[in-house]
Amino acid sequence: MTGGSVVVEGLTRRFGALTAVRELTFSVAAGELFGLVGPDGAGKTTTLRMLAGVLRPSAGDALLGGRSVAREPDHVRPQIAYMPQRFGLYEDLTVRENLSFYADLYRVPRAERPARLERLYAFSNLGPFQDRLAGKLSGGMKQKLSLSCALIHRPAILLLDEPTFGVDPISRRDLWLILTEMIAEGVTVILSTAYMDEAERCDRVALLNEGLVLALDTPAALRAGLEGAVVAIRAEDARRARDVLRQLSDIRRASLFGETVHAVVAEWVGADSLRRELSAAGVRVLDARRVEPSLEDVFIQRVAGEEAHA
Amino acid sequence: MRGPNPLRVRRMLRKELRQIFRDPRMKRIIFVAPVIQLVVFGYAVNTDIRETPLFVVDHSSTAESRRLVDALTASGYFRVAGQSDRPDALTRALDRGTAIVGIQIPPDYAADLKAGRPAALQVLVDGTNSNTATVAQGNAARIIRGLAEERLRSGGASPPRGVDLRIRAWFNPDLASRVYNVPAVMGVILMLMSLLLTAMTVVREREIGTLEQLMVTPLGTGELILGKTLPVALIAMVQLALITGVAILWFGIPFRGSLPALLIAALIYIVAGLAFGLIISTVARTQQEALMVMFLFFLPAIILSGFMFPVFTMPPVFQWISLANPIRHFLEIVRPVFLKGYGVAELWPSYLWLLAIAGGAMASARLRLGGALR
Repeated sequence: MTGGSVVVEGLTRRFGALTAVRELTFSVAAGELFGLVGPDGAGKTTTLRMLAGVLRPSAGDALLGGRSVAREPDHVRPQIAYMPQRFGLYEDLTVRENLSFYADLYRVPRAERPARLERLYAFSNLGPFQDRLAGKLSGGMKQKLSLSCALIHRPAILLLDEPTFGVDPISRRDLWLILTEMIAEGVTVILSTAYMDEAERCDRVALLNEGLVLALDTPAALRAGLEGAVVAIRAEDARRARDVLRQLSDIRRASLFGETVHAVVAEWVGADSLRRELSAAGVRVLDARRVEPSLEDVFIQRVAGEEAHA
Repeated sequence: MRGPNPLRVRRMLRKELRQIFRDPRMKRIIFVAPVIQLVVFGYAVNTDIRETPLFVVDHSSTAESRRLVDALTASGYFRVAGQSDRPDALTRALDRGTAIVGIQIPPDYAADLKAGRPAALQVLVDGTNSNTATVAQGNAARIIRGLAEERLRSGGASPPRGVDLRIRAWFNPDLASRVYNVPAVMGVILMLMSLLLTAMTVVREREIGTLEQLMVTPLGTGELILGKTLPVALIAMVQLALITGVAILWFGIPFRGSLPALLIAALIYIVAGLAFGLIISTVARTQQEALMVMFLFFLPAIILSGFMFPVFTMPPVFQWISLANPIRHFLEIVRPVFLKGYGVAELWPSYLWLLAIAGGAMASARLRLGGALR
């Protein structure tokens, strides 16, 4: 089924002298969960906005469900949903009125509405709040209502811009339950995220930096592609540990992951030499062990590698 | 491009009305503001020059000179604000603004009159407000001339032959400014409302981000425009009925024209207001900005409309500019429709101008809205 496939060809967007997205090319199969990952300003939002048809590409095109977003927007719109980072709700309308309004715009048949609402309420746990004004909902509930509004017309393709940004953990889990359900039904989901655990859940991930795709693969393949081994070091002064590690010749890269330092070594020879070096520099090491590289390691290496080339 | 879908427009309209009436501020703006404006323009704003403060310096102090002062005050146009036999008191009164007009009657006024010699009188007018000064001066001259003619007639002589001037004001015999102002307030309120409500409701959606979302849905630009403007048009029509009712029933403004003539003009005029409101909404990013842009447009439009100052007194350049001003054309329709009983047959050029402005503005609003979002 090509219903929900997305083909992006040379998609480019310039804002004056700045090129936000540079000849982006990739394709997403129907029913795939595709992640866009990258630092701020990488072009994630610009890409999603162009796919949603709210921003005209400077060059290139995208086919959503086989229809060109630049030339046939009227055919693209009914089959997609776009949830911007800050989805606007009508705060002076109730939960149900917000949902009905979007159902009206997409001309969802009256007969189908009760069942759809029922299902969305079940997902989102918004049922008991359906007569509450949207402005009176908590942040997480607002986000769930936004997603529900985006899903009311059962789109084949779902475009989500950092859907869980600033959402409490419980609502975040609820949102993912909804997404998982959608994917199980064959909906294509393209989302941008800053959370690596969310990127790990994707079927495939595109690493974006400065409008370019640095890497595009399954999370497992991306991790496997990392050169060297990753050592996680816990020290009393993590910041100093990182600085010391960066001075060592056999360390390719050292970065802070919260309270731990992740160091990339060319070859794994055990943690003892690292401990010794750090102790010599006066840093007390609590723990040091080899870990499986995470997507974040891959991400940092790729982005940093790009900067080293530049 | 497909035509607007009536069902979708209806849903959009219902949502808009729901939002407007859920906002207590909006309700006040819609129903209280027009009433206040009507009261202000019906009562407070009075351009009739009555009860002008008059300072009298009577050196004659005779029955003749007192008759003159009585004639001035009896007309209702003047009231004596002060009296003295010293000319410098008059100067002081004009300086301080306690009097607008001063009259100085020379000692031999009565004697001259009796002897049949031309009697001299001095009238001093504070010209600070040129409009008031002109009117007061005219009133004083008319009353004094009337008195002189009456004297001649009672003395058996006929007034000098020549032009016998008899002025009668048609359509507004009392020259009451209210009769002229209240129908025009309608034009101001309708424009203000359609501009304000349209610009605000569209910009509000831009602010909260729903405008961009609407663009992702199959809602077309035409449907968006209709959904946004129809509720405002409905509200404006209700206000039109309200203002017309108050003007006729409360203020006793004569309505000599036909209702269809008024309705047609109001409809085209409202469409022009809606279109300008939409254009403002494409320029402004926030509601505050929209408000500022709106007044930047609205205030000059009022001044160049003939609402307060007649268009024909403006320099030719401004008269030309005001041709693009919908308020001007609406006032040129609504006043004669109320007072002269004119209709489309007499006023068709103004109707055509309105139509052209409304059509052009709507087309450009549609283009701008479509272009800004797609």
